[in-house]
Amino acid sequence: MKITLNGRDEALPEGVTLAGLISFKGINPQSVIVEHNNKLVKSEEWDGIVLNEGDRLEILRLVGGG
Amino acid sequence: MRDVLQIGGKELTSRLFLGTGKFSSNRLIPEVVRSSGAQVVTMALRRIDREYGEENIASYIPGDCILMPNTSGARNAGEAVRIARLARAAGCGDWVKIEVIKDNRYLLPDNYETIRATEILAREGFVVLPYMSPDLTAARSLAEAGAAAVMPLGAPIGSNRGLKTRELVRILIEEIPLPIIVDAGIGRPSEAAEAMEMGAAAVLVNTAIATAGDPVSMARAFGLAVEAGRAAFLSEPGEISDYARASSPLTGFLRD
Repeated sequence: MKITLNGRDEALPEGVTLAGLISFKGINPQSVIVEHNNKLVKSEEWDGIVLNEGDRLEILRLVGGG
Repeated sequence: MRDVLQIGGKELTSRLFLGTGKFSSNRLIPEVVRSSGAQVVTMALRRIDREYGEENIASYIPGDCILMPNTSGARNAGEAVRIARLARAAGCGDWVKIEVIKDNRYLLPDNYETIRATEILAREGFVVLPYMSPDLTAARSLAEAGAAAVMPLGAPIGSNRGLKTRELVRILIEEIPLPIIVDAGIGRPSEAAEAMEMGAAAVLVNTAIATAGDPVSMARAFGLAVEAGRAAFLSEPGEISDYARASSPLTGFLRD
């Protein structure tokens, strides 16, 4: 199964949840903002979101800027 | 008299806004915010990347500061609107600095797209502070579009070249009934003071502080300069003359 993660193709096994992907990537959940198919999803919802073929995911973070 | 800057329903006593980019370590930021006295702090939203490390910059910003995410990276109004909505949904609050840039060499803003983004976001209840090229017509359009302040550049972003646009900024200060905040290019505290003496409502500084040898001390210097410039503006500076005008009496000299 392929999704688009931060603008790039990413191959994932079927049935992976958003929470599972975040944890597999070793990302600190407190430090990121996640947009799933153009909708912002809070960390409480990540467990219930099963990723599907063609999903668009953005994992974002607030960084220093002027 | 209490001198406060009112923007978006907030009363600010500090007229120095601080950017958080380019610091050698995020750990410096809390102390820089404190020594600058800044109450409004900017940040950016990016896709995660090893380059930015694992930290959320917001965790370094004292809780009593107003967060002002910028829309840097946006190349048109639509992208700026998307970034602003994401940042607000993520808990950054209502303030947003609109930054729409297509030019990579000078990072000059696209005033037209900036006006469009301002219109959309102001309607959605954002407190919109657009970064712009100092142009009177564009500034008027931004005011009509619902901007809370207008932020003309002093010189290209990160250049530390100073208040190169002073004549155009002066016109905005005179003509636009909104706070004018000089953003970008200010490289030295004296330049920040000059902008404030001219009547700017505030200045936004990042690179000049972040790239100083001692950012904490430079932040303090900028805070003092902004205060000094503001006090001078409120004090109504004296007239400028082409010739000398003696400060001491011209009578009663001790001579034959």
